[in-house]
Amino acid sequence: MKSVPLHSRLTTLLLKSFTIILFFAFSISSYSQDVDAARQTEGRKLFKSLCTSCHKLDKKLVGPALGKVEERRENDWLKSWIKNNAEFQKVNADAAEAAEFDTSAMTAFPQLSDKQIDDILYYTTVGDPPKPGVVNEIGAGASTGSDGSPKWLIYILAAAIIVAFLIIASLLKTISELKGAPKTPGAIASLGEVWEGFKQNTFLKVLCTIFGLLIGAYVLFGTLFKVGVDEGYMPLQEIAFSHKIHAGDNKIDCQYCHSSAKHSKTSGIPSVNVCMNCHKNISEVSEDTKVEWDGVTYGKAELDKEIEKVYAAAGWDAEELEYTGVEKPIKWIRVHNLPDFVYFNHSQHVTVAGLKCQKCHGPVEEMDEMRQFSPLTMGWCIDCHKDTKVDLKDNEYYAKIHKELAKKYNVDQVTIAQLGGKECGKCHY
Amino acid sequence: MASNKKYWQSVEELKGSSIVETLSKNEFVEEIATDDFLGDKETLENSSTSRRDFLKYVGFTTAAASLAACEGPVRKSIPYVVKPNDVTPGVADWYATSIADGYDFANVLVKTREGRPIQIMPNKEANGTTSARIQASVLSLYDEKLRLKEPTKAGKTITWADADKEIGAKLNELKLANKPVVLLTGSMASPSTDKIIGEFVVNNPNIKHVVYDAVSESGAAEAMLAMHGERALPNYHLDKAKTIVSFGADFLGDFHGGFEKQFIAGRKPETGHMSYHVQFESNMSLTGANSDKRVVLKPSDQVFALLNVYNAITGAGVPSKVTPVDSQVNDAVKALKKAGSKAVVLTGLNDKNAQLVALAINKALNSEIIDTVNTLNIRQGNDVEVAQLISDMKAGKVAGLISYNVDPLYSLANSSGFSDGLKKIELSVALSTENNETVNASNFALPTPHFLESWGDTQFDSVTYGLTQPTIQPLFNTRQIQDTLLKWSGNSTSYYEYLKDFAITNILGSSSWNKALHNGFYNVKSIQSEDLFESAVDVTSIASALASSAKSASGFELNFYTKTGLGDGKQANNPWLQEFPDPITRASWDNYLMMSIADAGELGFSNPVKDNGAIDGDYAKVTVNGVSVTVPVMVQPGQAKGSFGLALGYGKTFGLKEEMQVGVNAYPLYNGGNNIQYNVAIEKVSGTHKFACTQVQKTIAGRHDILKVASLKEYKTVAPKDHKNGWNKPSYVSYDHQEVEANTIDLWDEHNREVGHHFNLSIDLTSCTGCGACVVACHAENNVAVVGKNEVRVGRDMHWLRIDRYYSSEVETREEAKELGLSRGDTYRALETEAENPEVTFQPMMCQHCNHAPCETVCPVAATSHGRQGQNQMAYNRCVGTRYCANNCPYRVRRFNWFNYSNNNEFDFNMNNEYGKMVLNPDVVVRSRGVMEKCSMCIQMTQATILKAKKEGRAVNTDEFETACSSACTTGAMVFGDVNNKEDKVAALAQDKRAYNVLDYLQTKPNVIYQVKIKNTNEA
Repeated sequence: MKSVPLHSRLTTLLLKSFTIILFFAFSISSYSQDVDAARQTEGRKLFKSLCTSCHKLDKKLVGPALGKVEERRENDWLKSWIKNNAEFQKVNADAAEAAEFDTSAMTAFPQLSDKQIDDILYYTTVGDPPKPGVVNEIGAGASTGSDGSPKWLIYILAAAIIVAFLIIASLLKTISELKGAPKTPGAIASLGEVWEGFKQNTFLKVLCTIFGLLIGAYVLFGTLFKVGVDEGYMPLQEIAFSHKIHAGDNKIDCQYCHSSAKHSKTSGIPSVNVCMNCHKNISEVSEDTKVEWDGVTYGKAELDKEIEKVYAAAGWDAEELEYTGVEKPIKWIRVHNLPDFVYFNHSQHVTVAGLKCQKCHGPVEEMDEMRQFSPLTMGWCIDCHKDTKVDLKDNEYYAKIHKELAKKYNVDQVTIAQLGGKECGKCHY
Repeated sequence: MASNKKYWQSVEELKGSSIVETLSKNEFVEEIATDDFLGDKETLENSSTSRRDFLKYVGFTTAAASLAACEGPVRKSIPYVVKPNDVTPGVADWYATSIADGYDFANVLVKTREGRPIQIMPNKEANGTTSARIQASVLSLYDEKLRLKEPTKAGKTITWADADKEIGAKLNELKLANKPVVLLTGSMASPSTDKIIGEFVVNNPNIKHVVYDAVSESGAAEAMLAMHGERALPNYHLDKAKTIVSFGADFLGDFHGGFEKQFIAGRKPETGHMSYHVQFESNMSLTGANSDKRVVLKPSDQVFALLNVYNAITGAGVPSKVTPVDSQVNDAVKALKKAGSKAVVLTGLNDKNAQLVALAINKALNSEIIDTVNTLNIRQGNDVEVAQLISDMKAGKVAGLISYNVDPLYSLANSSGFSDGLKKIELSVALSTENNETVNASNFALPTPHFLESWGDTQFDSVTYGLTQPTIQPLFNTRQIQDTLLKWSGNSTSYYEYLKDFAITNILGSSSWNKALHNGFYNVKSIQSEDLFESAVDVTSIASALASSAKSASGFELNFYTKTGLGDGKQANNPWLQEFPDPITRASWDNYLMMSIADAGELGFSNPVKDNGAIDGDYAKVTVNGVSVTVPVMVQPGQAKGSFGLALGYGKTFGLKEEMQVGVNAYPLYNGGNNIQYNVAIEKVSGTHKFACTQVQKTIAGRHDILKVASLKEYKTVAPKDHKNGWNKPSYVSYDHQEVEANTIDLWDEHNREVGHHFNLSIDLTSCTGCGACVVACHAENNVAVVGKNEVRVGRDMHWLRIDRYYSSEVETREEAKELGLSRGDTYRALETEAENPEVTFQPMMCQHCNHAPCETVCPVAATSHGRQGQNQMAYNRCVGTRYCANNCPYRVRRFNWFNYSNNNEFDFNMNNEYGKMVLNPDVVVRSRGVMEKCSMCIQMTQATILKAKKEGRAVNTDEFETACSSACTTGAMVFGDVNNKEDKVAALAQDKRAYNVLDYLQTKPNVIYQVKIKNTNEA
């Protein structure tokens, strides 16, 4: 388990954003000399909101690649096409021919003004503003320094304090000797005396043996209780799937993919067709995406290959943009394993109790590699059942029973355990 | 009075055998074999393994095992590539469909998990019912050993295209040469299939369709044809009957497919009316066991008794004979006359003449109970045509045979004739779901899907049109017979399209196809309501013929029957059914010759009980018509003297797992599909048979107040708790030298049970017929293990729910006999005479979920504890297997896992292969070796119901709670629910005047309530 102190991560983030802001402050002013940044930004914004579901600049998607499209078509032709291609096809033979490109017809955009279309086309010509890659790396390097510093600093400080103590002690000793006190025997000699005394004292021996045994038993039981507890279990998966990118950076709701969690006992590993809902259009990651995977940092080159694995599983031909029908299910390795004799139901906790997934699974949105966050032991379950109050939230089911139980236990809100959530048979059948 | 009656479970017990007494005291009948385990001294001394070595091995293996246990296995989790819309992993889907496998017919609901059917329940909206066999049929789907997996020609794999081409060419050749071809199928009761076969026959005029049922009811169908103009079985509305007189018709068993639902609907004491049912029979059948009055009568005398009734009702003077039970016959006639049109007479003799006489009696009674218009289509087999087919085949007159899901080589009496004939046939094609002898002997074997993988339609009676839909993708390379015949007829539509078109055009009209498919049935408006057929049958001459045929009877008589478990033997490879104990004899894994106590004494047969609770039997060689089989003998109280009973459907061996090759094939004696064979010779032969019979195991330690039975008159007139004559008296104990009601004294503090749910299960002994559908439903729902014949024999069966069968006789207890001053010999004789015809009571017995449970207090590790909702909970992972709980359970319902029953080649049943495991319920754990288990009151089902309500944010609906046994119960004998919900049916039942707890004086305060059995013995 890789533990990263939270505060240093925050520092990194701050540093990073600071450098980026700094960079933009300089770069935009220098860049604006040959490219109209305002038009580019406006065009990019429009393109991203209206066109990206079917078009890319450099690649064929549902529609053709649009990079430098003005070199291929007249501006007027494009405007007519974009505003209402169906009408345009009726009057323009060339357009009718262009419509053969794909079976799916393009949406009409009559709402766009000529200026807006010009901005979009300007953006297709000049493309994205260059990425602040180099500067970013420097920034990242600097922040790595700030990451590591506290540890060795603490060690040095501790060593310095110890050394200082030793110096002070020896100084004090020398002073007292100088003041005329008898010279005390060396530290080693006095230890020898203690040992002799210890050897003769039976009580101390017995005491130490008992103490030793107790420590031994404590350590042994501690170790044995860890057997079968897989907290931190982080198996290497077939695909470098990062929850951080999906749930963290892109803020996809957990239950968009794990949709059975609210209906079923299993949260459900999403079927590949769920991946394809988005990845049909997202065939590559953005330039600066990084994933920590099995101790290695994956960049765009590696991560794009991972997306190809999803395509292989779904049988998606990214060139022809069609399903080939040759499917290959993904063999994920199960991270959270409960023994067969425990019945756990996700929907009870997610739908009825309204728990956040993070309550048991931890900060998944920060994990590149998925790992088991909680111990998943019975004691861990029971502790929560003992402390958690039943969330009534207008649930008719609880209305009567809760009132009666609250009266019985003389509390405002009963806990899960008081409701019977601690009975053996509720989870073991 | 009811509670003074002597109840007993076996003949040995009645005799007061000391072994039975010992057995009744031990929860576990077998001693632990420590000697075998430790070995004898000599071997130990001569062994080259020293103590040092032994310790080394122990040390090494312990260390290795613990090291291996430190690392958990890596588990893969493979999601769908494209998830089907209607499947959510972890959530069950239910589909309505119908089963029609040639013997069992019903509208059912199928529970599927992740696309695998795991349970079958009755479709109650469609009036569907399930039996043990229908419940178990879901396991037959996963029978990888027996099911055909791909088309073969002479044992070699062939593609469907090639098979079609070759068979098509041959069929065409035979058609051009006009050589006869026969299509041999079982009863299908499928209108669309009938149409497809019709078209196939039109296309190939040389083809003839012959219907063959292994267990024939041809006689009844022929009689209906003669009397009412339709070749079908009459239907009986027994719910409206006042008097039912049956001559050997096991209508709660397999007679016409079973009528338990209607029968019990007419026997509800709280309405004040119960039908009066007299059963004249030779074998002890389920129907006889449930009758108000059972008259033991051997088959030939049944014929005369039937004729006597005919004479008495119609006033005809058909020659008959005096029977030993004429006074009872006269009583029955009186009852019939009194009930008039609400009376009905049934006969189970598969004889056209006997059936005609019964129809004539019903006609004379003007019976409204028998329905000759809305008839049953479930037994269409024609014995005459089958006999004709065999003689034609032998004569070489048949050139081709296409068989579908029948196995005449196993189930025909004249199977050698069929076998000879088959050799002369040019083209033999067997379409079959499972492998069998006939498939093996045919040129082509074409696999057909199981009904759970098929499309189809059914029409069991003329009112309900049922639909069959697939609930799983085909497991093997199969094709339905309908698709095959459509293809061979040159029709390119798929059967699904054909079926849909057929149903919409002919049945549904403007009604929605999707809705009908969703419901699984569609109610057809009956066109005809009156029987207008003018019969030209001369009943008098027929009755005379019948009389003379019975007069020729001599020697012993043999009455064939089918068992509740195995039926006609189609599902012989189904371990659930093999392990299912017969409701009457409580024997599993066997068939046997049932013999009366008197005959057994004369012929020298007995069933000694071994000290481990197992019973043994002698072998008899039974000869009918020159054909002999050797069968073990079971002495059966209530068997008519001079007659034997023998079950069909056993002794199948071809392709079956070795464990399932049990019993004796009785079909060779089943001449002409006649369930009665006269002139039977019997001879005792050497050898001892080992039965797997649980009847003397798990007796409840000689305690009383287990069963309570009262008559309808008592129920109506006597106060139930009346101190002297009450039929539901509470038990009394002595306290402070005073007799007080036992439930007023308690060692324990009472818990407050008024908050939340509190589950109770009510079992009505009046409505329970002992059919055992609940036993198999419990198997399926709770992953109950099958343990095999040898383990059942020593009392290690794992059934969480068993149905105890008690016999009772009017002679009171042995002690009373002593008081009367009878000598020991006289007592025994008196008891034995009574045992000739005992009354039978069934009592489903499972964990009683005692509120003051004796098991909970003795568990040293608190593995069994009490839930607030009333369940006695069992945490398997906590159990260390001391078995104290089982020793302390007065109901003997706890089961110990002596072995690992899953993934163990020693127990090669469904839990030992990948296909069989697909039937396991994923919500219930498969228990491991060394732990105790028992009924959990289906806590996984109640929890699921509660969760559903919570998710929907509502209170649980009244009567929403169910257990597997209560939902499987056809007659509604088992009712499960929440007693804290006053609206719930069970709340009223818990307070009913018939309600009582078994062994209530022990003050265990069970959550299972029984309702006193009421018999209509007083009135006609």
